[in-house]
Amino acid sequence: MNRIELTRIPFIKNTLKSRYPQLAVFIVMLVGYIFAILAGLIGTPVGSHNFSIVFVWIAWWAILILVAVPFFGRGWCAVCPIPLPGEWLQRGAILAPPDKRPKWLNLRVPKMFRNIWMQNISFLLLALFSSALLTTPNITGIVLAAMLFVAIGLSAIFERRAFCRYLCPVGGFIGLYSQTAPIELRIKDKQVCVKCVGKPCYNGSDAGYGCPWDVFPGGMTKNTYCGLCMECIRTCPHDNIAVNLRPFSADLAKPTARLDEAFKAFIMFGAAMIYAGVLLGPWGTLKDAAYNVGTGAWFMYAVIFLAIIFIVLPGLFTLGIMTTKGRQSLKQRFMSLSTALIPLGLMFWVAFSLSFVLTNASYILAALSDPLALGWNLFGTANAAWQPMLTTILAPAQTLALVVGLVWSARTAQKVNEAGTSTIPVIVYCFVATSIMLWLLL
Amino acid sequence: MKRPELISRILIITGILLAVGAPLFLWARTPLIHARMAEDGGWNPDVIQAETGKPLHLKLTSDDVVHGFAVGQMDMQSVDILPGKVTEITLTFDKPGIYTFFCTRWCGLNHWRMRGTIEVTGGSDIITAGGSSEPASVPLYVSLDLDIDAPHDSPVIPNEKPSAMNGQLLGANLPIDQSLDYYLSHSPYQVFTDLSDTSLTESQKWDAVAYLWQSNTTPESLANGKELYAQNCAACHGENGAGDGVFADDLAEAGEASMQTMEGATDMVMQTPVDFTDPSRILGASPALLQGKILRGGMGTGMPMWGVIFTEEQIWDLIAYIYSFQFEYQK
Ligand code: SF4
Ligand code: SF4
Ligand code: SF4
Repeated sequence: MNRIELTRIPFIKNTLKSRYPQLAVFIVMLVGYIFAILAGLIGTPVGSHNFSIVFVWIAWWAILILVAVPFFGRGWCAVCPIPLPGEWLQRGAILAPPDKRPKWLNLRVPKMFRNIWMQNISFLLLALFSSALLTTPNITGIVLAAMLFVAIGLSAIFERRAFCRYLCPVGGFIGLYSQTAPIELRIKDKQVCVKCVGKPCYNGSDAGYGCPWDVFPGGMTKNTYCGLCMECIRTCPHDNIAVNLRPFSADLAKPTARLDEAFKAFIMFGAAMIYAGVLLGPWGTLKDAAYNVGTGAWFMYAVIFLAIIFIVLPGLFTLGIMTTKGRQSLKQRFMSLSTALIPLGLMFWVAFSLSFVLTNASYILAALSDPLALGWNLFGTANAAWQPMLTTILAPAQTLALVVGLVWSARTAQKVNEAGTSTIPVIVYCFVATSIMLWLLL
Repeated sequence: MKRPELISRILIITGILLAVGAPLFLWARTPLIHARMAEDGGWNPDVIQAETGKPLHLKLTSDDVVHGFAVGQMDMQSVDILPGKVTEITLTFDKPGIYTFFCTRWCGLNHWRMRGTIEVTGGSDIITAGGSSEPASVPLYVSLDLDIDAPHDSPVIPNEKPSAMNGQLLGANLPIDQSLDYYLSHSPYQVFTDLSDTSLTESQKWDAVAYLWQSNTTPESLANGKELYAQNCAACHGENGAGDGVFADDLAEAGEASMQTMEGATDMVMQTPVDFTDPSRILGASPALLQGKILRGGMGTGMPMWGVIFTEEQIWDLIAYIYSFQFEYQK
């Protein structure tokens, strides 16, 4: 396997192994997050000038979808402030090794919730209310605060990071798309793990905590549920954990066998198309319906939204793969072939976000200089005029992203397909979806 | 507890306290005056205290669309208030009283309702309601005992726009009272009927009326009136006075809606802005009557009360301009 072990480089290894660099980032992130909550609650109700909206939905989103996820997988989760207060309180410590006896209830999450359906639902909820959420600072402030407190609450009841694993609306799709990233955290040698006594990476030791994400590194084959918290690097007594540079989408060679994950792929795939239609498409009525949360038109929109994601897209997909015969059951083939939608879905989001982010990026400068809209001018940029950026490269960049996504998905389809069956239906499906997306975007 | 753990805890707690405390503190220390469309609350706060001679420093921000800010009966440039931005302005009041501040941008249908007051106290002076906001003398419509809500249509209207130039050519020896009082208290139609004993033709009489009106105004006054009109009146009454401003349709609709709810008050045929190009309406109104309408406002119609905002002179300028929709004046 063609991997380059980054942790061989002493600087990288030391930086990851020490708790302090990460802690420093944590503190900055947490302060920024709380500031964003405050700005959302007390700042100007004008979204485009409110720090919370501009920093969370423009700056953070841009970094997340254009950089962090495609190149670092769950890299964002490595520095995310949301679960931190809960985690610290749960452990009763920030750095010190945990007590032997758990502080709080430390229950195991019930079996029926140990999947990502809750994340699918929480994402869809945010998606349906997104027009209000993305433009109303108050609502953004409340939602950000709610995430913080729900994470604390779940930490009090359940063990490890229940919020991240099972509820976080963002975590679900970061996990899905992190499989495409060229970064992974894996063990170096399986035999060392087999012989390892006590498995401190999972169970914790004096050197640190057991995996907060409830993952046993020794058995890890894909990025989805590893939050890159780097704790196992610190706890593994055999120096058996590596962070590797690897080919893009290496995880996708192992298709999913879970329906919740397969539907996650459809949810993200469909949501990107619907968003492009609502925000960039020419239909005023559609836009109005999406924006007037709570009205009859909005309920119609919600029903259509859900129908597209849960019936139309998976239905057409199923019909497509039914045209070819295979040895596996239809359900198995549905799940494994849905893996092919992951790279294309990511590229849909990249292409869509490019236009959204470049159009609104100029608000960042103004919000930076006057974060509470109190008339400050900290960096002299408070009056930076609104101006779409890089308009000339936008369309070519979007087209490129979509074409790359299509090719990438086609190759993924070939990889995950069982031998002897045709991938043509899946490729046609992807091609049609890409054409629709291209038409919506350009 | 080990040192690093302790330090981390202190750092984190300080960070959280700062992240919560600093914005709250700074926010509480910077009182902003928020402008919203009238239907969403208008000005907040809408009462501001000030003292004579002491500069009043205001920070204004808009929570929705572009608004403007100006204080009535004060010699000041109005300022724009942009959404999410802060506009600062410093005012100094010489006289105590209750001043009215108002929105100067056509922000929405109820733009005219966006008003607030500045209560200016001066040293030992007691504020008198009205204060400087009330004209020095009793307005003419009060002393003339005019019912400004009574219908006042002119039963006769000229066939074509009366020309002041032609009126002037008729000579100065017409039996018209040249006093200012006569002009102010008479409608063009009343002057027209006062000329009934003369041998003039109907259209000549109207020309003479037009001349009387022209001689009671100045080009400066007309220009002033035009500017004030464009800023303050055109949104409803229309750029060309035809009662067809950008809000006119909305006003009519809002009027219908409110009529359905206000049973018994149907005689308030409200909301449609007056058409100043309609001769019977304007030729039947005296300057004093128009002054009353502007000063007091339309009481329940969409017409706001301007007495607190315009100076007396500004109102006369406006009236001069309104009549110019009816008369052909010398260019
Ligand atoms: S799963 Fe969600 S809350 Fe957890 S670290 Fe990732 S983004 Fe943050
Ligand atoms: S602690 Fe290290 S060697 Fe032991 S099981 Fe975990 S990764 Fe493997
Ligand atoms: S402890 Fe290791 S395996 Fe678990 S989430 Fe952190 S980095 Fe991933």
